[in-house]
Amino acid sequence: MKALSIRGLKKTYKGGHVALKGIDLDVEEGDFFALLGPNGAGKSTTIGIISSLVNKTEGQVNVFGFDLDTQLSDLKRQIGLVPQEFNFNQFETVQQIVVNQAGYYGVPREVAKQRSEKYLKQLSLWDKRNSPARMLSGGMKRRLMIARALLHEPKLLILDEPTAGVDIELRRSMWDYLEAINKQGITIILTTHYLEEAETLCRNIAIIDQGTIIENTSIKRLLATLNMETFVFDLAPNDVDDVAQSLQLEGFNWRAVDGHTIEVDVEKSQGLNRVFEQLSQQKITVLSMRNKANRLEELFVNLVEKGRQPAAAGA
Amino acid sequence: MTSSISYIALKTIWIKECTRFLRIWVQTLVPPAITMTLYFVIFGSIVGERIGEMGGRPYMEFIVPGLIMMSVITNSYSNVASSFFSAKFQRNIEEMLVAPVSPAVIIGGYVGGGLARALIVAVIVTCVSFLFVDNVSIHNLLILVLTVILTSTLFSLGGLINAVHAKTFDDISIVPTFVLTPLTYLGGVFFSIQLLPGIWQTVAQANPVLYMVNAFRYGFLGVSDVNVAVALTVIIGFNVVLFVTAYTLLKRGAGIRS
Repeated sequence: MKALSIRGLKKTYKGGHVALKGIDLDVEEGDFFALLGPNGAGKSTTIGIISSLVNKTEGQVNVFGFDLDTQLSDLKRQIGLVPQEFNFNQFETVQQIVVNQAGYYGVPREVAKQRSEKYLKQLSLWDKRNSPARMLSGGMKRRLMIARALLHEPKLLILDEPTAGVDIELRRSMWDYLEAINKQGITIILTTHYLEEAETLCRNIAIIDQGTIIENTSIKRLLATLNMETFVFDLAPNDVDDVAQSLQLEGFNWRAVDGHTIEVDVEKSQGLNRVFEQLSQQKITVLSMRNKANRLEELFVNLVEKGRQPAAAGA
Repeated sequence: MTSSISYIALKTIWIKECTRFLRIWVQTLVPPAITMTLYFVIFGSIVGERIGEMGGRPYMEFIVPGLIMMSVITNSYSNVASSFFSAKFQRNIEEMLVAPVSPAVIIGGYVGGGLARALIVAVIVTCVSFLFVDNVSIHNLLILVLTVILTSTLFSLGGLINAVHAKTFDDISIVPTFVLTPLTYLGGVFFSIQLLPGIWQTVAQANPVLYMVNAFRYGFLGVSDVNVAVALTVIIGFNVVLFVTAYTLLKRGAGIRS
């Protein structure tokens, strides 16, 4: 079953700004789906329409078979939304916020209180249940919004930039939590600027730019289209001060970053073994090696630039 | 199934609203007590003694229902206007908009909050009046209760509509300052419209607050400048118009959905 099905979705704001130009999108049940795009691409408008915070101009939206126009209440019950901005009452306590939210979905107060204990404990907020939301740290506020979105136990969780401004340790723990609830069967749609996040968590991806979907595929398939990667090698110092200067690498484009660091462009057909063989023959030890850029980031930039070329040419 | 879900959502909004004004009781419940005490002292004790009787009652007794109604009007209006606009401003109105909460339930919850605050304030002001009036009698309890509930509902709806349209905090103070205050002061709180010269008595009847104050005064004292049945009909009529307006605005998402 499809968790989300969008057909011909268009949105033109009052000022005449066209945010969506007729997008089609499908997300399967149980998927962990990334919706990527530069700022102003139409991600938040798409999410706003799905969660009925934004009125669409044209098109159809279905969530687990429920239609946005004719079965709005049923559709809303399927969705839990974690917005980008903190949008809870800063003066209410943590528990009041999550219990009230469940109440809006028709969850009886006693049940909501029991569930609040479960979710606030899972997200390490139980100790803060009686604190006003304004007293929480940024990371806690992000987790509070996840708990709030889960309390009515939705089948589809939509997260708009959930880890923006969150430190690495907390981001990793949020990833673990999201992976765990996805394994329990909750479909997740995520927008993020951290492409590493999408690559780590998501199975499928759509890239949106200027109101149009420019790519919609699996992460694996997308990464397979990458023909060349740049690797950075940190080389051990030896009796020559400038290791990089005396180095020779046949068959590869490479450049020295400094005396002990080189960047090597490796095509998919070449493989890394030949690089290591040549370095070993010259008695050079490799201390470490890493990708120069995030692979998905590279693809993302290429796709967005490619998508904009005809428009730029026509302008 | 749907009605029980709506009932839970309605109860949730109402509890949230009551929790809000009770949490800031110094700002919401204390000021009416102080303001009304001053009105009783100045207009009742000091000026009132020189006025003597009005509507066949001592002036102090005459103004008690009007002052209670004045508190009910201002507190109903400001409670809903400020709470709904704050929810819009902080964007926590989105908590309700993403959930399956119908516009009628949102209206019911907010109006219920305004009504609760207005009734508590009415009881406080009534208690304050005991300090100044020896004998506060009730002529018709049903009319009294009906009028206070309908009036509070009406001005809660007005506050909601104001908050839906408001873009800044200034916008929610314009109506109370330039519309509510003049209408209330000219609505027979402090005087009987029979004191007005001919044509002005007719003009005064265009003021909806006049019907509320007089219906309420009838419930307390059994005296009124207008026919009570007409007064209740006018109040109910305004309630219907404002409810339909508020419902249409929320259904359309005016001011809350882009």
